[in-house]
Amino acid sequence: MKIAVCLKQVPDTEANIKIASDQKTIDESAIKFIVNPYDEYAIEEALKLKESQGAEAVIAISLGPDRAKDALRTAVAMGVDDVVLLKTSANSNDALSTAKILAAKIKELGADMILLGKEAIDDGNMQVGPMLSELLNIPCITVVTKLEVNGNSVKAEREIEGGVEVLETTMPCIITCQKGLNEPRFPSIRGVMMAKKKQILEETVELEDAKLVVSSLTYPQARSEGKVVGEGAEAVSELIRLLREEAKVI
Amino acid sequence: MSTILVFAEQQSGVFKKAGFEVVSQARKLAEESGANVVAVAIGSGIEDQAGVLGEYGADKILLADDEKLENYNPETYKNVFVNAARDTEADILLFSATTTGKDLAPRVAAAMDTTLASDCIGIGLSDGKLNVNRPLYAGKVFAHIVIEGNPQIASLRPNVFEAVKSREGQNVSVEKMELPDLSSKINVVEVRRSGGDKLDVSEAEIIVTGGRGVRGPEHFDIIEELANSLGAAVGATRAAVDAGWRPHEDQVGQTGKVVSPNLYIMCGASGAIQHWAGMSGSKCIVAINKDENAPIMKKADYSIIGDLFEVVPVMTEEIKKFRE
Repeated sequence: MKIAVCLKQVPDTEANIKIASDQKTIDESAIKFIVNPYDEYAIEEALKLKESQGAEAVIAISLGPDRAKDALRTAVAMGVDDVVLLKTSANSNDALSTAKILAAKIKELGADMILLGKEAIDDGNMQVGPMLSELLNIPCITVVTKLEVNGNSVKAEREIEGGVEVLETTMPCIITCQKGLNEPRFPSIRGVMMAKKKQILEETVELEDAKLVVSSLTYPQARSEGKVVGEGAEAVSELIRLLREEAKVI
Repeated sequence: MSTILVFAEQQSGVFKKAGFEVVSQARKLAEESGANVVAVAIGSGIEDQAGVLGEYGADKILLADDEKLENYNPETYKNVFVNAARDTEADILLFSATTTGKDLAPRVAAAMDTTLASDCIGIGLSDGKLNVNRPLYAGKVFAHIVIEGNPQIASLRPNVFEAVKSREGQNVSVEKMELPDLSSKINVVEVRRSGGDKLDVSEAEIIVTGGRGVRGPEHFDIIEELANSLGAAVGATRAAVDAGWRPHEDQVGQTGKVVSPNLYIMCGASGAIQHWAGMSGSKCIVAINKDENAPIMKKADYSIIGDLFEVVPVMTEEIKKFRE
């Protein structure tokens, strides 16, 4: 079994996002980038599968600009065997274009199990996993919180509103990972040392023209200044009155 | 005439409010452009109910009703919807950005060789093209996007657009679709609903969230009681979920769910940037925190400085009183 993990480098959750002077992209200069948190569940699940199923290799693929190498090195430090950077000149904001390039690489690698985070926390698109399914013509189960692999059979639990679905399929297949699936391991010191020396396979790729054209980015509308209603339990009556009469929300 | 095709989602044979919201929004767009609104209803035993979609503004309903379609299966639902899109030659496809919509829409988009704009909070038409507004970085900024694909596809965030019965009592034709092969490489073994009728944060109109200040899972009962008195869902911050106090499906924030209820009440939560990103679209925000310097105290519409263990039970009592 060969396992592929698709991962994306994204701004840290604590990052303040500033719009760049072109008004269409963000200013990356002061941003700390991390491995997309949901992709860490994908990496961990891949490593666990390798250990339990004796997979041949875990290969992490990232599509992105040169800086994405850092995310791939983190994956190596966690225990991934090989890493591939599909290098673009800019951040892709088009899911189909991204999925097409990833699909071609996955096909070339001949991966049986493809793991991704359920979404990237930057664009929150949630599209690449299900799109890969269509492009590769193999099943995809999204938002998975529990995964069992037995030979060729795959059983997955996925989170839905107010419940859980249990689905079965067979490999090759695609799984997108949700928080709760596992606890991602921390890179070992040995892993970090190896990651520094690891050769990253690099291929330059061209994105198609985006189907979604950003005309501008804006900040959320500023909320009007709030009101301190009071201190302690005595303030509750006034709060309830405001919620009923002023905000009219209860 | 151009066509707007809408996926009208049902669960357990009941059409969802999120689906009505999308049909209503499609109607609004159609009023501007003169387009036809066609709703696609997929499920089992839903024929009798499908007519309600006409009241929300569908001109026609395409029905795919079969036992094999009782539960959502990504492959069969995709095949049915793609057939409907091809048959109607729809120029615009709309979904709700529910768990199902988010799973289905990208498959349909890829099958039609395009990308969709997901989780939109604003949508309009300009020169025949869809213009949408969608959050990036969970809402730290918003992208204004022109959709160039054909068809143009978008999913709309639940609870943002109004569900309006603009054509109350209207009867529209329900046309049974010719069904494609309903075999699938995915087998739905079981659908387990969480105990009782637990309201999901992504669908709730009121959310009461507990943070680190709740101090432990055993204290969440006071949060739950306030939520019950309001008919609200219980949310949790990343800190509360990472500590194992609450299940991750309750988490609101950049690595949880992004929500926009009418009322969001935060108890013992500081309002960290990643949490704020996930709930700042709420119409009214209330904070109860003993630290008057917590970031949320400057941002909330209303705040009470105080110990949540004293304030929250009093709120529950007062709300029960006026609800009686």
